[in-house]
Order: sequence, then structure tokens, then C-alpha cells
Amino acid sequence: MTHLLALNMPGGWGTTLAIKTLLVMGLIPVGALLLGYTFLLKMMSHMQSRVGPMDPGGFHGWFQLIGDGIKFIQKEDIIPAGADRRVFKMAPAIVVMSTFLMFVVLPAGPNAVVAGALHGGTKASNGIGGIDVGIFYALAVSSLSVIGVLMAGWASSNKYALIGALRAAAQLIAYELPLVLAVVGVVVQSGTMNLQGIVYAQKNGSIFGWSGLGSPFILTQFVGFALFMVAAQAELTQPPFDMPVAESELVAGYMVEYTGFRFLFFFIGEFGTAFVYAGLAATLFLGGWALPGVNGQIANWIGPLVLFAKIMVVAFLMFWARFTYPRLREDQLQSLAWKWLIPISLVNILLTGAFKVAF
Amino acid sequence: MATFGKHVKGMTTGLGVTLRTMLKPAVTVQYPHEKEEVAPRSRGVIALKEENCTVCMLCARSCPDWCIYIEGHKEKRPARREGGRERTVSVLDRFDIDYALCMYCGICVEVCPFDALHWSPEYEYSEFSIASLLHDMEKLGEWEATVPEAEPLELGAEVKKAKK
Amino acid sequence: MSPTKARGETPGFQVDPKLYTPLADSKMNVELDTGDMILNLGPQHPATHGTLRLVVRLDGERVIKADPVIGYMHRGYEKLTEYRTYPQITTLINRIDWLSSFANEVPFIAAAERLMDIEATPRALYIRTILTELARISTFLLFLGDMALQVGAITPAFFGFRDREYALNLIESATGGRFHPNYNRIGGIKEDLPWGWIAECRNTMRKMLESCDEFEDLVLGNPIFQQRTRGVGIIPPELGASYGVSGSNLRASGVDWDLRRDGRPDLPYNEIDWKVWTHPDGDSFSRYWVRLQETRESARMILQLLDQIPSGPIMSKVPRIIKVPEGEIYVNAENPLGEMGYYVISKGATGPFRVKIRTASFSNVSILPWLVQGIYVPDIITVLASLYFILGDIDR
Repeated sequence: MTHLLALNMPGGWGTTLAIKTLLVMGLIPVGALLLGYTFLLKMMSHMQSRVGPMDPGGFHGWFQLIGDGIKFIQKEDIIPAGADRRVFKMAPAIVVMSTFLMFVVLPAGPNAVVAGALHGGTKASNGIGGIDVGIFYALAVSSLSVIGVLMAGWASSNKYALIGALRAAAQLIAYELPLVLAVVGVVVQSGTMNLQGIVYAQKNGSIFGWSGLGSPFILTQFVGFALFMVAAQAELTQPPFDMPVAESELVAGYMVEYTGFRFLFFFIGEFGTAFVYAGLAATLFLGGWALPGVNGQIANWIGPLVLFAKIMVVAFLMFWARFTYPRLREDQLQSLAWKWLIPISLVNILLTGAFKVAF
Repeated sequence: MATFGKHVKGMTTGLGVTLRTMLKPAVTVQYPHEKEEVAPRSRGVIALKEENCTVCMLCARSCPDWCIYIEGHKEKRPARREGGRERTVSVLDRFDIDYALCMYCGICVEVCPFDALHWSPEYEYSEFSIASLLHDMEKLGEWEATVPEAEPLELGAEVKKAKK
Repeated sequence: MSPTKARGETPGFQVDPKLYTPLADSKMNVELDTGDMILNLGPQHPATHGTLRLVVRLDGERVIKADPVIGYMHRGYEKLTEYRTYPQITTLINRIDWLSSFANEVPFIAAAERLMDIEATPRALYIRTILTELARISTFLLFLGDMALQVGAITPAFFGFRDREYALNLIESATGGRFHPNYNRIGGIKEDLPWGWIAECRNTMRKMLESCDEFEDLVLGNPIFQQRTRGVGIIPPELGASYGVSGSNLRASGVDWDLRRDGRPDLPYNEIDWKVWTHPDGDSFSRYWVRLQETRESARMILQLLDQIPSGPIMSKVPRIIKVPEGEIYVNAENPLGEMGYYVISKGATGPFRVKIRTASFSNVSILPWLVQGIYVPDIITVLASLYFILGDIDR
């Protein structure tokens, strides 16, 4: 695999591009499925004192989501009569596209990162791979989904879908800021926006001089971690921030007119994005693919597994909050973002900068 | 600051509850692989003991939904003793309970003076066609095997003396 | 004790006066004429517990006017009672408020007993009280889970249903039916409790108290829940009483009125030590709080009743064919949803001549148009959930 990604493949960049595309397109649905099964079906069920699906597939219902996917694919493609057909069809694709684009910068090993390790070696400045503007690119691209949501709501020719889409757009834009500002603290502390650089900064760092565990940023940037988790929860429109979708009178908000495989796209988008945000949180705050003591080529094989384990931990936190809390009303949600999260994140940046200069 | 502390405490106790519930075993009884034990008094289905029935029609009359259909005729039986009168007995031709109408109230079981109807906790008799929910005399007789024994009553209940 | 006692000073919490003023002439800004939108929370809706239709007129996010449309579940109970005998009616009226079905039978049987001038035996009265309180617990547990669900938390709903099962199992082992016990008879109850029921009941009550603590931790203490429900849907006590709102809704506005204590119950509520819970605010949060405390109180009441249950027969002497003498009587009782009453007119036959059923939810819902004026759309859902009505109770 390292050959694939470090580019020693015969056939040049065309083959590599094809393989990478297939990898990304395959991993996102698989990640979404795994997250969906473990957390939505099984963890939620056990938190509610029940067992969840047990029969599909025989062993604890592992086939349930795949069966749901097949069911959605074979449904009739219904487009409402007054809908704007082109926009209606494009909207789910745009929402899912931002997930795929974010995934390419997530590093899974010293050489295992999809973007940046292009033909001819790395394009990064200090030879560690990955794009230089890694996290900046990821956050910028994550805002694309807002356009998709607005397109979905507008093109549905349904006033309730429109209300849901406008609420969702307001919420997503409002919570972009705490997300970005929380990450700025990490960037200041590590000194680089390159995600591989951030991982190396945590791996090679030290806590008060002891470098046994490296220096995972969750210890110093705990405020940033909390802000990132809250903002990510809002970006995914999960409870307690799911007013746009689970609103009792809007049924499904902007997704209400979507059926069949278009709805499947939204679903994969939701859980795939949860996968990617958890991946970002794991990389920025928990150290990504780095395991203390594992260096060299072996890290390319263990790295993805370590990253996956950390993603599961972060996703557990996200879904735990999802199943426990009621939802905030739209105005309470906005006031939380603008009056509380943004000022706290600005203070966090100030303090990080001060400590960085001082120590 | 105090409200912030109260908020944090409120949020975390909620998380604690869900985590604790997750770690305890689930309470689901996975029907149809496992079945729950029903109480013996549970009103599942009504069974008929044909030999006790005298076609008095009390049950059919008292049913709020009129779901019991009874037909009978009178027959003559020989006298019991020498020189006695011929007896007439009512013989049951048809005794159907339509479980599509039955509301499981139990009035028929209660009013029967001859103890011919009994409750049974059986509940798995769904059918694909609604007409097959009309249980005839034979089927009602089959349910008799599932009627549980009379269970002992709680402390303090009045002990009824059997009539001599 | 009059139900219109004025409430005292509200400690700590200030009511926003804007929420009291009805937006009768909606201040529509003529320059940006946004226009009203009519939102139909239709008969099929996850938030309206049953087939209630709420036609709401919105100005942006605020409600101008709301009209509830009821009758989608009218089953003609009062007409049905004209052609049936008393035992048959007892089985039918279980289904008016199907969640607390035992509690529906009790006032009707009490009305027939009073007309016939017979008293049920003490043991029967105790068992009736225990089962009424069990019905109250099971209804309120569903409320505690359901209101949290309407506000957005999905987990408490499952806890409510899971804990309810224990109460329903108890009812089933005593009466034979989980939801429709059909256990009351004129003069007493149908049959005595099975062996081991009292010990099982004690265990279950301890579990109920634990689950109430769980609800308090998970829902009531949650700051998000408090933000969503505090100050939303305030019922002023005088207005509530004049609309006929009863039960926990009125007690949550500070009115100290409980028919178990203040009415004329035949049931032995005076022989145990219990408390009526009220809350000075009249908002959705206090309605949730009052019902949670009442659930705990019911569990404690049952534990006391189980200690004091007398032994003896469960049925007093009644003639074989029951003919209720001529007369009319109105008997009301404290159902879990509120005050439920039966006005029975008898002309001496085996069945009543006319029965008028006064249900709690009908009056509780009548305050809705006043209550939702000027609040946000998500708050309508909160208010509907906190009033806690059952459609079968409204439409009969």
C-alpha cells in the first residue's frame, strides 16, 4: 500500500489517480457504514436498553445497513412536479462531494495520505508529505455542503423544505466560525497547517520534558477540543443541534422530498462526514496515526488501524452526546454560537499564542 | 459561574445515565426466538368445555360485541329411573366465537353459570385471513388443554367454603 | 376548597409579560408584507398524541392564531352506553383514556354503587386504589419519556416504555389484561390478587422510584431541556381554572386542588400519608416536574397501601341481576390526565338511560388557542407535549 501511495507504481500518475479515487470512494461509504452500524444501531440501542437489529445477516444484524442501502437503491426516483430538476438532482452530490474532498488530506501513516503524495514525490515543503495548507483546505471544503443543503431546500418546491434549508444554512454558517477558530489554536501550537506536520508535532513533542507519549494536543488544547466537538456536532446537524432536520413539523427539513438513492446520498453524507470530522479531531487533538514507539515503515501498516481506533473513540463521544440531549431551539442555537463559542475560541487563541511565545 | 457549574453538572449526569444503561444488559426479549412468560390470568383466548354447556345463551346475550354465535336444539333422553319422565336436554349444534370482534373483556366467562368457558393465556393464533378468526366448537375445545390450573390467591383473600 | 385560589409570589422566576398578551391584531409590518402562513399540524403527526389537527397561522416564526380541530376519533361512547348493561359498559369505558384504563372504570362504578346505595368492601377499595395509582404511574412514565422525545431527546422515551412494562406486568397478573383490565364490578372487584402479588408490587415500586431518579438526572437536570421548557406555555391559574383545566396542569400553576383529597372519594386516600405537589410557575417545565413528583408520590402511596391492605371479601352482597334504581348522580375522580366525571341517569333498568362523560383532556385542550399565541413554532410542540392529552379522552 505504501507503494501505491508513495507512488512507486508502474503506469505513472494515471493509475495512481485511479487507485486513489477508488480508495476514497470506497472508504467513505465503508466508514459511514461502520460508524452507522456501531453507533447508530448498536450503541444507541444499548443506551436505550434494547438490542437493535439482530436478524439481518444472522450475527447481530450486521447486514441491516447494507440491506437498507440496497432497498434505497431500488426505489423509484421521484422528483416533485414543481421542482427544479437539475438543481434537485445535483444537490445530494454536492453535499457528499465535500466529504470526499475533506477525506483526501487525512493522513493514515507517514506516507499514507492521499493528497500531496503525487507523482514524483511529495509536494510539501519539508518532505513530510501532505498538502501544506492541509487543515485550511479541509475546513474550506467542508463549507461546500452548505450550498448543497440550500440547493436541496430550494429545489424541492416545498415551503417546509425551504424553511428547513434556511435554518440549516444559518446554523452551518454560524458554527463554521467556532470550528475554524478552535483549529487555529492547534495550528499556532504546532506551527504548521500541514496535517502530517501536526501529527509529527504531537508525536515528537513532550509534556513538561517527558516525551514518552509525545504531546497530544488534547492536553493543552482541551478548550479547543471541546469547541471543535460542539461545532462538529452542529455542522453535522446532530442533536442537540438538529432543529433543521428533526423538527417535528418539518419532518425531515431540507431532505423531505428526497427518496431512494438520493436520500441514500444524504445519509452517506451525514455519516461519512461524521467519520471525517472524527478523523480530523483524532488527527488534530489525539495524534492521528501516531503511536508512541512505532516508527519507520511499520507505521504505515499500523497507522491506519491506530487512526481508526482513535476515530472510534471520538465518534463515540459525538454519538453519546447525540443520544442523550434534547435539541436546542433555533434562536438558542444561534445565541450559543455567537455569544459563547466564538468569544471563548478567540480567548483560546490569545492564550495559546501567549503560551507559545512564553514557553 | 455557579450557573455554569450547574450546567456542566446537568449535562454530565445525563451522559452518566446513558453510559450506565449501555453497560447494563438490554431488556429485550427477542421474540420469536425467546418468549416471555405470561401471567396465568392473562386473557389470551377463550376455551369451551362442551359437556358443561346447557345452551342457556347467557354468554351470547351478555357479550358487548355480540361475537358469540350459538345454535342448539332440544333432544329427548330416556328417563333416569324406572317409570320416570323423559328428559329433554339441550344439545349444542354450533358455538362460534369470532375473535375478530371479541374485545377480550371476559364477561362471557364470568356470567356462565355452568363453568363451561375458561380463559387461557395462549396468544399466538393469528391468521392470514380474517375469516379464520372465527373459532368453532372443536377449536374452542382444543384450547381447553392450555387452560392453567386455578392459582392460589394472595394472603388475606377470603377463603370460599365449598358448598356441600 | 376552591380551585380558583390565587397564586402567590413566584420565587425567582419572572414571567415575560409579552407572552401573556394575545396577538389579536397581529402587528404585520406593512412595508415588508411577509404575509401569514397557515401550517396544518395535521391529524397524522408525530407531535399531536393521536389524531388532533391544529391549524396554525404563523407570522414568520411566531404564532398568530391556532385552531384545534377535534373529532377524528369520535367513537360514540355516550350513545353506546344507552344500549348496554353496566358490566358491558365497564369494559367499554376502559378504552376512553387507554393509557390509564383502570382509572376510567372507577368513577362510573362508584356512580352505580352510590345509586344502588351499596358500598364495596374495604379490601376491594384498597385494591381499587392500588390499581388506580399503578395506572397513574404507568401513564406518567409514558409522559416523562414522551415529552422528552418531543423536545428532542430520543433516549428517555425508551426508558419510559421500559419502566412502564413493570407496572403493566403487575396489572396483567392481577387482572388478566395489560391495558384494559375490566376489573371493577358493582360492589367490588372481579377476583382477588394472585399469590405473591404484594411482594412483587413492592419490588416494582422500588424500581419505579429508581427510574424516577433516572429521569430526573437525564431530563429534568439537563440545561437544554430547561431552556426549552422554562417560561413556555404559562397557564395563569385563574384562567386555567375557568377553562376547566384540571389535574397536574392546574397544580403546576400553583392551584392546590386534588380530588383524591378534596373530592368525595370512596377510596381510602385519607388513611395514608401523602402530599399534593404544586409548582408556582405555570410553564411546561413545572408540568413535567409536577408529574415526576406525582409519580414518586404514587409509588410511595402504593407501598403504604400494601402495608395496610385489609383482608376479607372482595365483593359485597349484590343481587344477581343488577338493576340500578332510578336517579341521577355525578361522580368525578382524579384521573391521571385530570378530572374525569360521569353523570349517570338511570331509569331502573339493567343499563343506564344516559351517561355523560366529562373528560379531562377535552378541557385541557380547550386552552390551546389561548396558550400558543405569540410563541415560536418549536414551542407549540413543547406545549402540546406538556399538556398531555389523549385523543380518546378528547373525542370519546
